[in-house]
Amino acid sequence: MAQARSHKLAAVEKKLVSVADVVITAADRSKDPTLAIPVRSLANVNFNEKRGIIELGKRKQERAFFNVGMAKKFMQTVLVADALAELQRADLTTSLREIYYRTKHTMKDSHENTFDGQNESDPLIEDLEVALAALREELHVRAENAGSVVGPLVLGDDGDRVDCARLGKGGYSVPSIVEPEYIEIRRCTADFVLLVEKGTQWNRLSEDKFWRRYNCVLLTGNGQPPRGVRRLARRLHQEYKIPVYVLVDNDPWGYYIYSVVKQGSINLAFESERMAIPKAKFIGLSSADPDRYGLPRNVGIKLNDKDVSRAKELLRYRWFQKKPWQEEIKRMLGAGLKYELDALANKDFRYLTKTYLPRKLKEEDWLD
Amino acid sequence: MATVVSAVEMGARQREISVSEFFTKNRHLLGFDNPRKALLTCVKEAVDNALDAAEEAGILPDVVVTLEVAGNGSAPPASQATRFRVTVIDNGPGIVRQQIPPIFAKLLYGSKFHRLRMSRGQQGIGISAAGMYAQLTTGKPVQIISRPGARAAAHFFEVSIDTKKNEPRIFENKKIDWQHPRGTQVMLEIEGRYQKGRASVDEYLEQTAIANPHVDLVYHTPEGDTRTYPRTIHELPPQPREIKPHPYGIEFGVLLRMLHDTKSHSLAGFLAGDFSRVSPALAQEICKTAKLSPGATPRNIHGEDAEALYKAIQATKIMAPPSNCISPIGERAILHGLYKQIKGDFYTAVTRPPSVYRGNPFIIEAGLAFGRGPESATADAPAAPLAEGEQAKDDDELARVIRYANRVPLLYQQSACATFKAALETAWKNYGVAQSRGALPAGPMVIFVHMASVWVPFTSESKEAIADYDEIRKDIKLALQECGRRLGVFLRRRERAKSEFRRRNIFELYIEEVVEACARLKGGRLAKDKLKNQLQKIAARRTGGARTDEILGRDGGGPEGLPHSIIVTPEGPEGEAPSLPAVRGREGPPAETAAAEAEPPARRRGKTAPAPARKTAAKRRRAAPKRARR
Repeated sequence: MAQARSHKLAAVEKKLVSVADVVITAADRSKDPTLAIPVRSLANVNFNEKRGIIELGKRKQERAFFNVGMAKKFMQTVLVADALAELQRADLTTSLREIYYRTKHTMKDSHENTFDGQNESDPLIEDLEVALAALREELHVRAENAGSVVGPLVLGDDGDRVDCARLGKGGYSVPSIVEPEYIEIRRCTADFVLLVEKGTQWNRLSEDKFWRRYNCVLLTGNGQPPRGVRRLARRLHQEYKIPVYVLVDNDPWGYYIYSVVKQGSINLAFESERMAIPKAKFIGLSSADPDRYGLPRNVGIKLNDKDVSRAKELLRYRWFQKKPWQEEIKRMLGAGLKYELDALANKDFRYLTKTYLPRKLKEEDWLD
Repeated sequence: MATVVSAVEMGARQREISVSEFFTKNRHLLGFDNPRKALLTCVKEAVDNALDAAEEAGILPDVVVTLEVAGNGSAPPASQATRFRVTVIDNGPGIVRQQIPPIFAKLLYGSKFHRLRMSRGQQGIGISAAGMYAQLTTGKPVQIISRPGARAAAHFFEVSIDTKKNEPRIFENKKIDWQHPRGTQVMLEIEGRYQKGRASVDEYLEQTAIANPHVDLVYHTPEGDTRTYPRTIHELPPQPREIKPHPYGIEFGVLLRMLHDTKSHSLAGFLAGDFSRVSPALAQEICKTAKLSPGATPRNIHGEDAEALYKAIQATKIMAPPSNCISPIGERAILHGLYKQIKGDFYTAVTRPPSVYRGNPFIIEAGLAFGRGPESATADAPAAPLAEGEQAKDDDELARVIRYANRVPLLYQQSACATFKAALETAWKNYGVAQSRGALPAGPMVIFVHMASVWVPFTSESKEAIADYDEIRKDIKLALQECGRRLGVFLRRRERAKSEFRRRNIFELYIEEVVEACARLKGGRLAKDKLKNQLQKIAARRTGGARTDEILGRDGGGPEGLPHSIIVTPEGPEGEAPSLPAVRGREGPPAETAAAEAEPPARRRGKTAPAPARKTAAKRRRAAPKRARR
């Protein structure tokens, strides 16, 4: 495996060096050096209904060096490529923030910085990912470990055996890179994966050993799940053929989290192929649940203007066009209220573990 | 039952009120509302009188203003003090001995009220009111030294006002030795407060220097500093001529009085002789319209006849009054004044043609000083590279309006003033300056407005704001718009040159970075210099190369084709700039300029655009080879 890894490294490094080649070739021909970067916006995203994932379109943006509006970005892109190549050669991984610091300096004889903030360098890394068709993991850039997993699952991490059934309440912290080269799934006997939006509910379920009784893997990403969590869920789904259920707040943001897990995100559409789980199911909180589970109206929160406009946006997304989904979102808008998962505690601290999820699973009450 | 008071008893209580008594109760009407303003008013009245006198006598004024903290023994610091000694010395014509007491110690005594001629003072109330204020607050009389010429003796007077009679009371009257060959010195001891900043004595004198560049002003502050405002224009402004009233500006009562007082024996003669712009033929016409005999005795015309005459005058078309009774500051002098006192990159001035309100001729002048001056470009550059979250200094200051009436700065009641309203109403956005609704334009800018007239319509006796007549406001706006247009041209050109310069500069910097990064990416196997040269060639082609230097400027009446303007660049001023005495060390000592040019271009990126400057220098080299430094 080590060999496979080094082989891949060389390929990524070559891709990064190609950025320099663009400049050199253009200079030789007295042309303006230009990088073609695929556009990452809703306008350049297609929903592939057959495969059930969001795919990146073909539109590309020219980033030319000798254009006042783009010159700085071009220069910054080359600097980032250089820093990434350095990582490859040293075989290290690093964070977005460290890339920013590594590439920040003042330009010769001036007081102008190459970068003024991390918000300038982050999108360039994504640009390079797309333009070079290299994954962030392959570029050796990792995010914070922002997810946890617990359940009947055995992983191999740097040669250590990690039994996620024996890690107490806290579970295993999902690293940002879970590619087979880094994390090996040695065994998984679970019947399904439950991906929970919030850490609080994940803690509740973990504390109550919900996963033992229902034989599942509990995953959380603390909000919008990071790549590592999504990738792990996808691998379990693909390699062990087990279903994935998503449990989120009942608000537009919760719906969107679910859709990202299912079809992929607009911004990282090029990653859908590897990340999306088109068969993932939305288990809750549904806008029908307050009625069905007798949640009082007063534990709801009034939708604010932002919520409403976001919900209306979702209604227009091509991947939310199924009738049950239109009904689901319109019901929320009709009620004018959103509900947090935490609101279930109004009935009982263990209502989620004891009543809500068991009934949902039994009735197979979910949206596709 | 209430006590009944008889008319006789009431009549016994009625008596005349002397002006002086009226003043002691209503001193706020004359600008003595609070100690701070009182100090300013005293300085102002004395300086105004000094300048008026010298100019009328045809002398270039030298004025020395001294403020001292008064007190016996240990004086408190200036900011804490409540008593001040104000001394104003001029080199004017001096005052005849007999006239000294009434001028300084009798309210409403003066030479300027009854005539129609432009002067700073109008009413004959100012300096005696200051003396009265001194008397009220410290009990000290006014001390005057005056000497009409080197061969005459200097006289020393101590006078105060008898407030009941409005007559001077003389305490001291003697001949003394005085070191000045000619002039007048006034000394007042008053209660006051010295504060810097807006509407301070400092600001007043600075603004006076701006509008009066023919004056040499020295100011000793109460803190012991000495500020000098040297003369930059060495000729007196033209003497304004005295004129007769124009028939349009007159009120009915005044007409009656004039009819009564005239020396003419016939109505037609009175009209043609006592008014300006009324010819004998026009006088006949007016009489005809009023259905009055041209030969009627003026003093016998009253009642309905007078009213008919008044209406006839208003209905007749009469030429606008002559404007030689007004002496504008002039574009050149305004430019010099602004340039001398205010740091900036761009100056311009406009003098409007004369105009008339209510029969009074007036002239509006406006000026602009924009920018922070070329020095600030280097001073503003950050000393160290910026850290995350740090930003370059914000430019959210608003423009400052400096207002003048007959060359006297107006410091109070800005928002009530026609000049200020006109400045607000001008659409500065059209000229490339930001302006929020109902606010002054934003930016490092000083707006100068001057109204010269035989009779400036003030909103109050303390002469703080110009009344808002439509004719006046319209003219101010026109003047400001012309200034704004020139500023717009300047800003647009500068912006263009700057962006061109920036473009080239950016590429120079970025090429360096890109080449280094590419070399690292290629693992050091790269001909760096070759790549750099290739990229630089492409950059030069893309930005137009040397063409940038030619983008600015063309020949015309002023710098870059702008009339009556000064443009200041790091290499020095361009246009009608005066050469300033070395006092402020401001017109570039050659060393500084040379250093600026020797610097590598990258270090000069700042607020000003060195590109036009380079061209300027080139132009000057061509024009004056003697001054060329390289």
